[in-house]
Amino acid sequence: MSELAELYQEVILDHNRKPRNFRSLTHPTRTAEGHNPLCGDHVTVQVEVGDGVIRDIAFQGSGCAISKAAASMMTTALKGKPVQEAEEAFHRFHRMVTEAAAPEEIEAALGKLAVFAGVREFPARVKCATLPWHTVHAALSGDGAPVTTE
Amino acid sequence: MTRERATPGAVDAPFDVDRIRKDFPILHQEMHGKPLVYLDNAATTQKPQAVLDALIAYYTADNANVHRGVHQLSERATEAYEGARGRIQRFLNAAEAREIVFVRGTTEAINLVAQSYGRQSTGSGDEIVITALEHHSNIVPWQFLRETNGAVLRVVPMDDAGEIDLGAYEAMLGPRTKIVAIAHVSNALGTIVPVEEMIASAHRRGIPVLIDGAQAVAHMPVDVRRLDCDFYALSGHKVFGPTGIGALYGRAEWLERMPPVQGGGDMIKSVSFEKTTYNDLPYKFEAGTPDIAGAIGLGAALDYLSGVGLDRVQTYEHGLLEYGTEALSRVAGVRLVGTARRKASVLSFLVDGVHAHDVGTILDREGIAVRTGHHCAMPVMTRFGIAATTRASLALYNTRGELDALVEALGRVKEIFG
Repeated sequence: MSELAELYQEVILDHNRKPRNFRSLTHPTRTAEGHNPLCGDHVTVQVEVGDGVIRDIAFQGSGCAISKAAASMMTTALKGKPVQEAEEAFHRFHRMVTEAAAPEEIEAALGKLAVFAGVREFPARVKCATLPWHTVHAALSGDGAPVTTE
Repeated sequence: MTRERATPGAVDAPFDVDRIRKDFPILHQEMHGKPLVYLDNAATTQKPQAVLDALIAYYTADNANVHRGVHQLSERATEAYEGARGRIQRFLNAAEAREIVFVRGTTEAINLVAQSYGRQSTGSGDEIVITALEHHSNIVPWQFLRETNGAVLRVVPMDDAGEIDLGAYEAMLGPRTKIVAIAHVSNALGTIVPVEEMIASAHRRGIPVLIDGAQAVAHMPVDVRRLDCDFYALSGHKVFGPTGIGALYGRAEWLERMPPVQGGGDMIKSVSFEKTTYNDLPYKFEAGTPDIAGAIGLGAALDYLSGVGLDRVQTYEHGLLEYGTEALSRVAGVRLVGTARRKASVLSFLVDGVHAHDVGTILDREGIAVRTGHHCAMPVMTRFGIAATTRASLALYNTRGELDALVEALGRVKEIFG
């Protein structure tokens, strides 16, 4: 598969076309905003946390296919998960797309999210994929300050 | 490969683009296994061998500090540096060499005028008139004056094609207008702004005008006396010269009255702890050791461009732009942003359903370098209700074959995004 085909896999294109959890929550417990000042992409992630578990999660905003699909797949992956697991997923995801030789078990642990591994071949696009993750991390860690990729 | 081929036509027949391309060594390489198609000239232009040679020759044979040494090397460096100033003067047809101030680029030139003339001349409620199509560098320096002097920024609107509303402009000029600052060519849309008319209107009311010429000088002849502008700002790297060097043209009677904004060596006549006397023009505005090599490289770039002939460049590029406009218009799902009647260099566009960054990544894999994003003109994007565009921007070494390659690569975008 070419690097381009690796980047734009069907599942990513599908989430770009039909983003899941692309809405706003009625009772969010945490909200965070993320911006990529280089390109003007922005994302708002809302989570509803109860008893240490992400009961609901949604996002809104605008961006490229990579950032939109990353946000969409992130919400489907994290819904119903304990906050602790979400934080672990954030660190794994970040390693997978930024490290040239991230261990295979990282991809394995990420399950469906491993489709984003191809992003590491496109240094200019890594921030697109990590923006929603940084944003959810900010929401969960609770400092509430807007996130920026710069 | 057809992309190396210049399609001869009635308009551009005498212009030998193949020969021009030979002067730019960087163009002859591959990106991701495809011939490089460099369409990001509004961001920065490539450098002809003549500029590279001038830089090497200076550092090899003439390097010394300027205006200081009694030794021969310093005299040679000074001569080369001042020679470059003379080249810029002639290139812009300024009346005198002392009206050319070396700066880092257009951004610094505009900041200089804002911090010097602007600070001196604006009070609370005084107005600065700009247009809706300005680059951030012709917005933010004036906003500083809002903080320090209470000045008010007034913005002339544009229509859906990206043309300035001249009626609104006329109505905006008034007794409180202290300066008009406008782009000659829009970096995001390509609009050629009718600056002659706008300067004449401002002058009827005694208002000085600054022209941001960053996107104009590589594409059309510029004559500051014919334009009758008061200030003209340009960047070396956008006109085939090095980065880090640019020039501010200022009419001597304005520059004489303006205070320096940076203090240091070279900008003084005499210094004591009690009193400092500033140097004459243009040195009053050139504190510290300047980018001597950069200035010399810029001089070489302007010589190169004048050698080709800006009238011929303008005609050739106009044909290229029309060809590209036509070709992109035929691609289903592509919409041009910026369709002014008079345009230069820029083809900004949207691809239906595909974000500009995704377009840029796919084009890059086809060897095509374009800019994607807001182009440092976020208010322009807001005006059109969009976040980003893909921008192909042309220069004298681009070919119709390269525009064909762009169109072909857009087919690949569609293939991937369905």
